[in-house]
Amino acid sequence: MNFKVMNFILAAVTLLFSTTVFAAAPIKIGALFAVTGPAAFLGEPERNSAKMVIDEINKSGGVKGRKLELVVYDTAGDATKAVQLATKLIKDDKVVAIIGPSTTGETMAVIPVAEKEQIPLISCSAGSKITDPVKRWVFKTAQNDALAVGKIFEHLQKNRMTKVSILTVSDGFGASGREQLKQQAAKYGISIVSDDTYGPKDTDMTAQLTKIRGAHAQAIICWGTNPGPAVIAKNARQLGIKTPLFMSHGVSSKKFIELAGEAAEGIKLPSGKVVVADMLSGSDKQKKSLMAFVKDYQKHYRAEGDHFGGHAWDAVMLIRNAVEKGADTAAAIRDQLEKTRNFAGIGGSFNYSGQDHAGLGKDAFVLVEIKNKDWVIVK
Amino acid sequence: MQFDQILQYSLSGLSTGAIYALIGIGFSIIYNATGIINFAQGEFVMLGGLVTLSCLELLQLPLWAAIPCAVAVCTVIGVLFERLAIRPLRQPTPINLVIITIGGSILIRGLAMLVWGKDTHAIPPFSGDTPIAIGGATILPQHLWILAITLIIIIFNKLYFYHTISGKAMRACSYNRRAAGLVGIDVRRMVLFSFIISSAMGAVAGIIVAPLTMTAYDVGVMLGLKGFCAAIIGGMSSGISTVIGGLLLGILESLGAGLISSGYKDAIAFIILLLILFLRPQGLFGKADSERV
Repeated sequence: MNFKVMNFILAAVTLLFSTTVFAAAPIKIGALFAVTGPAAFLGEPERNSAKMVIDEINKSGGVKGRKLELVVYDTAGDATKAVQLATKLIKDDKVVAIIGPSTTGETMAVIPVAEKEQIPLISCSAGSKITDPVKRWVFKTAQNDALAVGKIFEHLQKNRMTKVSILTVSDGFGASGREQLKQQAAKYGISIVSDDTYGPKDTDMTAQLTKIRGAHAQAIICWGTNPGPAVIAKNARQLGIKTPLFMSHGVSSKKFIELAGEAAEGIKLPSGKVVVADMLSGSDKQKKSLMAFVKDYQKHYRAEGDHFGGHAWDAVMLIRNAVEKGADTAAAIRDQLEKTRNFAGIGGSFNYSGQDHAGLGKDAFVLVEIKNKDWVIVK
Repeated sequence: MQFDQILQYSLSGLSTGAIYALIGIGFSIIYNATGIINFAQGEFVMLGGLVTLSCLELLQLPLWAAIPCAVAVCTVIGVLFERLAIRPLRQPTPINLVIITIGGSILIRGLAMLVWGKDTHAIPPFSGDTPIAIGGATILPQHLWILAITLIIIIFNKLYFYHTISGKAMRACSYNRRAAGLVGIDVRRMVLFSFIISSAMGAVAGIIVAPLTMTAYDVGVMLGLKGFCAAIIGGMSSGISTVIGGLLLGILESLGAGLISSGYKDAIAFIILLLILFLRPQGLFGKADSERV
């Protein structure tokens, strides 16, 4: 009996102590990622990275003595679901900020909710319309397509190439790229001599490429995500096309090199700096963040960290920095986010302001070339 | 220049068309033996490619051993599918059977996604990838493999259906199931045979096309639909008219993408499908020409 009472007191004391130690409640951050469904290639690394970095922060004692707590929901890439889950995060989980969603379509659907409930939203999708025009509560970490297009055109201009053929995939990513390519061409003195598309599930693009071969362009720009561009690279090699081939940042992962094999050699593409982290010069501001991210991801998931995961990493770190500056309510976090200057993350150097909630410049991309099954930075 | 282009479009079309033909024949063999359209046919194409990948990478088999191994595995899956999903049905009305095959295809695709993940995978070509020039056009050695293997399979098909007892029995089932049963043909066994043949053929199609187009858990849907198109053009015959249907479809698609607009590539296939169904439901070559095997 006596023993039992002792035990009880001991338990009570321990409990008391533990509550005093962790008195400050954790700061709840919500996340919406398309972990399953067609956009799973975005959502999965994003969720993994967000979880990883939150764990790391908590392990090292949290932010200003407070832990961060991540509530993740899977939207399956569905805009309706994303809206429902965003409401749930705000009303039930009472989060102070939301990271995600993974795709532009979902983000556009969630924006009205975030604006109405006055909760900061840091989207991980690339569409430029997310932050153009600027919305008070909405930020994003993924680079605009416009920056990638600009990077390719800059290179073409420097090498005096003025006639290009474009071949884009007929989905959201390709349509947005196609629009940007056509819009910016004139600015760089470039004319588009042929404009073709292919379906995301197409397995043979020799017809389009034969047509392009007949158009006598000086460069071919292809805009798509795997596996289409790998098929195009192989088809171009089969047809003996010697015209330089450019791809989008949609394929800047080792998977593309693996799929296209020999045919990938010599292809150039704009890419975030993650894939070439170890090749960057020591003076690069992002190098420290990039190396930490790549090493951590490798350790936790035994896989190569990619840009998509990087977008979530950046979002978590941006919120962390805001909390460190004393913000712990939705409104305070928003104000601190807007004051972010020179934060060297994975996607680039972020400089948010009242007029710019995308925060990245052209230096977010480097132009890389595939040589010997690896990336080389094009100077 | 224009001639070169058209030659290239036709050659590309021929090789994709050969694949459509192989898949289409798989559709019509089952249709003729059982009266159902097996919408899971495309999934066997997907399985062929992915099982080969596993044989190559996990079991470290050489390519010549991995291929028969993959075909065998897919055939076993085809048999299981017939045994577990088709045969137990008490009242096999066509609509029930069609819904079951669609359900089966979703199940197979889902399982494949769990086993092989969502990524696309590449398989090495059978004999290098140095392009071969023909006139002003180029093709890959893999295209020759596709054409040759399709030809061999079609010849074997012909021999089987016309010169073996079980082949003749299967044809009897296609003409009249009840009469075939009355003269002592085991109709159920013929149904099983038809699933064996068509799943093996689907797998072969998936394997020979994988080095060119790569493979993933969801490639079966589109390839299955295109194969179905080929079978419809051929009037659901498992003979030469489905082959011509497939080749025609491939060439038209390729010419359409090259000469009109690449955006309409898939639309062309389905417009042809609709036109045939409206205007010539018995197939492009009419009833008299088509042999319903």
